[in-house]
Amino acid sequence: MPPLPETKVLELKEAARQLRIEVLRMLHRAKSGHTGGSLSIIEILVALYLVKLRHDPQNPRWAERDRFILSKGHGAPALYAILARLGYFDAAELLNLRKFGGMLQGHPFNLTTPGVEISTGSLGQGLSVANGMALAARLDKSPVRIYALMGDGEIQEGQVWEAAMTAAHYKLDNVCGIIDANKLQIDGCLCQIKNIEPLAGKWESFGWQVFEVDGHDVQDLISAFDHCEQVKGKPSVVIAHTIKGKGVSFMEGKVQYHGVAPTEEELEKALEELR
Amino acid sequence: MIQSLGTRDCYGDVLVRLGEQNSKIVVLDADLSCSTRTEKFAKAFPERFFNIGIAEQDMIATAAGLAASGKIPFVSSFAVFATGRAWDQVRQSICYSMQNVKIVATHAGVTVGEDSATHQANEDIALMRSLPNMSIIVPADGIETEKAIEYLVNNDKSPCYVRLSRCKFPVVFDSHYRFQKGKAALLEDGSDATVIAIGIMINRAIQALEILKKEGIHARLLNMSTIKPIDQEAILAAARETGAIVTAEEHSIIGGLGSAVAEVISEHWPVPLKRIGVRDCFGISGDAEKLLTHYGLTAEAIVQAVKEMIARKKRS
Repeated sequence: MPPLPETKVLELKEAARQLRIEVLRMLHRAKSGHTGGSLSIIEILVALYLVKLRHDPQNPRWAERDRFILSKGHGAPALYAILARLGYFDAAELLNLRKFGGMLQGHPFNLTTPGVEISTGSLGQGLSVANGMALAARLDKSPVRIYALMGDGEIQEGQVWEAAMTAAHYKLDNVCGIIDANKLQIDGCLCQIKNIEPLAGKWESFGWQVFEVDGHDVQDLISAFDHCEQVKGKPSVVIAHTIKGKGVSFMEGKVQYHGVAPTEEELEKALEELR
Repeated sequence: MIQSLGTRDCYGDVLVRLGEQNSKIVVLDADLSCSTRTEKFAKAFPERFFNIGIAEQDMIATAAGLAASGKIPFVSSFAVFATGRAWDQVRQSICYSMQNVKIVATHAGVTVGEDSATHQANEDIALMRSLPNMSIIVPADGIETEKAIEYLVNNDKSPCYVRLSRCKFPVVFDSHYRFQKGKAALLEDGSDATVIAIGIMINRAIQALEILKKEGIHARLLNMSTIKPIDQEAILAAARETGAIVTAEEHSIIGGLGSAVAEVISEHWPVPLKRIGVRDCFGISGDAEKLLTHYGLTAEAIVQAVKEMIARKKRS
């Protein structure tokens, strides 16, 4: 698709800003949850849900929909915020994130949440699920595309590489992996905990077409997803270089905001920055 | 002479037959298709067979994705790998996500034989039984295997684990047998005690009942092929009407059939119970028959246990 007009880009940027505010409010209300890794994937979700995906929020089970799997299930607040914005469910549900009796579980749960394709949370399983959906689409001669968003820490799970081999072996060009490369995991910097570099080289050597982009540039992301669609005979992966906690200066690149919700004071400060 | 059939052979055959009728059926294997007999389906429907290689975790979650898109995936490997190696994938991507995946594992129990403890799953039922939304079926012979698989395709849209074996089983049922998930089959009625058995132990229990009959003891025999959801009604009727129970399984006494029966009767109608099974240890190499004897999985052990439980019933 041609580059987006400037007005559209501004509109998407505005959507990202609003989603960040929503996510911070949700997390603050829930008093727990994963702030850093939710903020780092906002533009990825905006590019997919507001531009790329063929989907119908009024008919979440539409057979011809493109599939999105949040393999890094702890990014749930960001997914919930965009699903609610699109009308998959009542935005009032966002108030009850992680709360007893609420619909929105701490990690995505497909049986209660319209728009969630499969339950995730225990890491490393989403790419395999995506492969299964891609094989089904091929059998059905369906043009649907399957996107699986993984964390860069998540790919330390061995299953990711089992799935990487499977997708390449079965030439699943309808699969698009996305890596939220925010460089941090719970215990610290990936480079110190367990190095995953050379990241692009790993995927290439597993038979994948690799695209590297600025994960906070919506136009960049959309162009990469467009390129992925053109790749035939092998799966593609978009390595989205992101900043954990993106959009809130005092959270950016800070490992301590991995699994911590903002306090009242932090929320106020953050909202000021995002206004 | 009683005919013997491999439960895995019957599984391979019925998959092909059902595959002809139902194009939604897909089959996944992890480099063991010769042993699990899914190779028959692979030959008949190559486009619907996916060998995922030696990657059970990937295979299980891939099956979940196929099910989420409306397919009916059958997933096969050895019991130890399908349930143990990939337990978290079974838990999250299949059971928690409520996907219609049928895990049909072969080579369960000590009758795997020579391959030794690493390949003998004596814990698989326990692992699967603890998972919400999961059903568990252990067929007693090849006929029941075919009937159960057919039942699952036509009547059930929830996760299920079917436990098959490497060795051949003497045939118990005839072709008129109707399998119903969650219902025990009464193979013999009696009032002195009840033997509840699964899998290869059904054949041994039949032998045991013959021996007991000669001594004037009439035991009831239940084939509890559905371990979960378990037929509580049949167990409680047995407890009330016969007053003593012996369970027999080629599985650990922890977490399997014996545990399931103990849970039911201890909550509702306690009666003397003896669990025959592998007594909390790993297996060893040997031929199947010798191993069954070594671990006390014999008709004689059932006879002995029934007598003990009847004596205990009389004492209490």
